[in-house]
Amino acid sequence: MLSIDRSIVEAIVAHARRDHPDEACGVVAGPAGSDTPTRHIPMDNAARSMTFYEFDSMEQLRVWREMDDRDEEPVVIYHSHTATEAYPSRTDIAFAGEPGAHYLLVSTRESDTEEIRSFRIVDGVVAEEPVRIVDAAVDPHAVQSYMFGQSPATVDYECSGR
Amino acid sequence: MAIEIRIPTILRSYTGGAKVVEGAGDTLGDLLTDLDSRHAGLKARLVTDANALHRFVNVYVNDEDVRFLGALDAKLNDGDSVTILPAVAGGAFGFAAAAAIASHGASRRAAVVAR
Repeated sequence: MLSIDRSIVEAIVAHARRDHPDEACGVVAGPAGSDTPTRHIPMDNAARSMTFYEFDSMEQLRVWREMDDRDEEPVVIYHSHTATEAYPSRTDIAFAGEPGAHYLLVSTRESDTEEIRSFRIVDGVVAEEPVRIVDAAVDPHAVQSYMFGQSPATVDYECSGR
Repeated sequence: MAIEIRIPTILRSYTGGAKVVEGAGDTLGDLLTDLDSRHAGLKARLVTDANALHRFVNVYVNDEDVRFLGALDAKLNDGDSVTILPAVAGGAFGFAAAAAIASHGASRRAAVVAR
């Protein structure tokens, strides 16, 4: 299960909408070992393509080093599919190189609704997981220090069964 | 002095869980061969059968992407720091993406050869 703050999901969706019809991509970092995404980092899609995304290698080095310095890891790696469903493609699976990450996909093919799904991808095997969107009971600008479990209102999205 | 290599999570099974290992070599190719003598199997995850860097990894010498330094022929000096990261890429359509990867890799190699 991926638990993620609503304000972060909204920021990811806004990024995907902004870059539509190109694919958008990015990371949500969190404290190492916490499995809690806290810091949203939109990344450039160096491919600037409607069907492909690729982190710019120099931007990635900078961001990965910064995470290392802050004792963080990439808890969520997200990208959008702009004309198809939010399910990992063969290319997504081939490239998935962070076994600890939640791979979040957002589909922006419908203009009024988003499909948001999360997957674990380890050794080429895809496993969908539920996404639990948590409403922070605190100032959304203080998300970086927000800890879960403060009896927030929650919405659970079950896997859509595939 | 030796060369320090930072290993990503996905490859730490080859280094006994170590995040940083040391090695030696005049070029990146030599360094990877040296590493493979102690961490068997690591090189095959980074280098293809055609002796090119795998598309699924990014390798950096200090602050530079080695694809712009001659890839496996990139020169190394004692005290250099080599960082390996999983390339983060993907996208909706497998076939189109495969073509994009192929042409992208080819143009990068061409750019290096042209120097």
